[in-house]
Amino acid sequence: MYLQVVIAVFVLFALSRIYLRFKEGELSVSGFIFWLIVWLLIGVVGFWPGTTQNVADFLGIERGIDSVVYFSIVVIFYLIYKIFVRIEHLERDITKVVRDNALDELDND
Amino acid sequence: MSFSKSQVGIVIPAYNEANAIGGVLENLKQNNYENILVVDDGSSDDTYAVAKKSGVRVIRHSLNRGLGGALGTGIQAAVLLKWPIIITFDADGQHDVKDIYKVALPLSEGKADAVIGSRMKDNKGMPWYRILFNKFGNFVTFVLFGMLVSDSQSGLRGFSLEAARKIQIKTNRMEVSSEIIREIKVRKLNLKEVPIKAIYTDYSLSKGQSLLTGIRTFFKLLLHRLIH
Repeated sequence: MYLQVVIAVFVLFALSRIYLRFKEGELSVSGFIFWLIVWLLIGVVGFWPGTTQNVADFLGIERGIDSVVYFSIVVIFYLIYKIFVRIEHLERDITKVVRDNALDELDND
Repeated sequence: MSFSKSQVGIVIPAYNEANAIGGVLENLKQNNYENILVVDDGSSDDTYAVAKKSGVRVIRHSLNRGLGGALGTGIQAAVLLKWPIIITFDADGQHDVKDIYKVALPLSEGKADAVIGSRMKDNKGMPWYRILFNKFGNFVTFVLFGMLVSDSQSGLRGFSLEAARKIQIKTNRMEVSSEIIREIKVRKLNLKEVPIKAIYTDYSLSKGQSLLTGIRTFFKLLLHRLIH
């Protein structure tokens, strides 16, 4: 019972953050939907732990909690991949700025 | 000689090479190469001052961006300067100036759009772990980009102005060497490999790719393949 309260507060807090970020335009529509689903799923699992057993049965995994762990790992890997891609883009953008500045020097010669 | 040295432009990416670059530039000038551009990649030592003092063109990155960043800038600058034959040359003194002629010749004769100076065709004097490392680099380049060359990591390369215009360099670090091979393939450029000498000194060895950067480069390449 206590756990449910903690999860409820946490999920509501997270949802409000996502909504605010989305309203400020810092989160894209797809990002908003993605995080909305992730947090709603966490809420569902927190309140009705039995649902994980249904998913586990469907996927042929023995215990309900295992399906949660598998799912979490997939989500984390996906997020790490996204972050890598984002950093790579940032690096390239920085290079572009630095390069353009350096090439300006060439004109002044 | 079928081309004039004034047609040749030499691009030298340099990061913290103050100890070696003065000698390299002096050597190039003594061999009558007049179009030289140093790209100082945000060095924290006197690379910029040393290069400037020798009277060649120098441009500077305000931040260190890595070999790929510096080569991209250098090649773009060479295109702006409209050098008919563009050569990339390492700043650490590992290349023999005489080899520039070998790389430039097929370009001037129109027999190639891009030339790689291969240290592996005659790898006498190259330490065994370098040979292994280079072979691994070639293998990775082949698996990811489908082009087998004998020295994918060589720093001495040549491009015709037309080819340099087509090549798009996006990566920032050591993975650029493989990216250039990829570009040669994708842009359907006519590639020729010529044997060159590698001058291995303790200094140039310490500046080369270590195993660790090699591994990092490998993962960057993999990521690059996944994104594009």
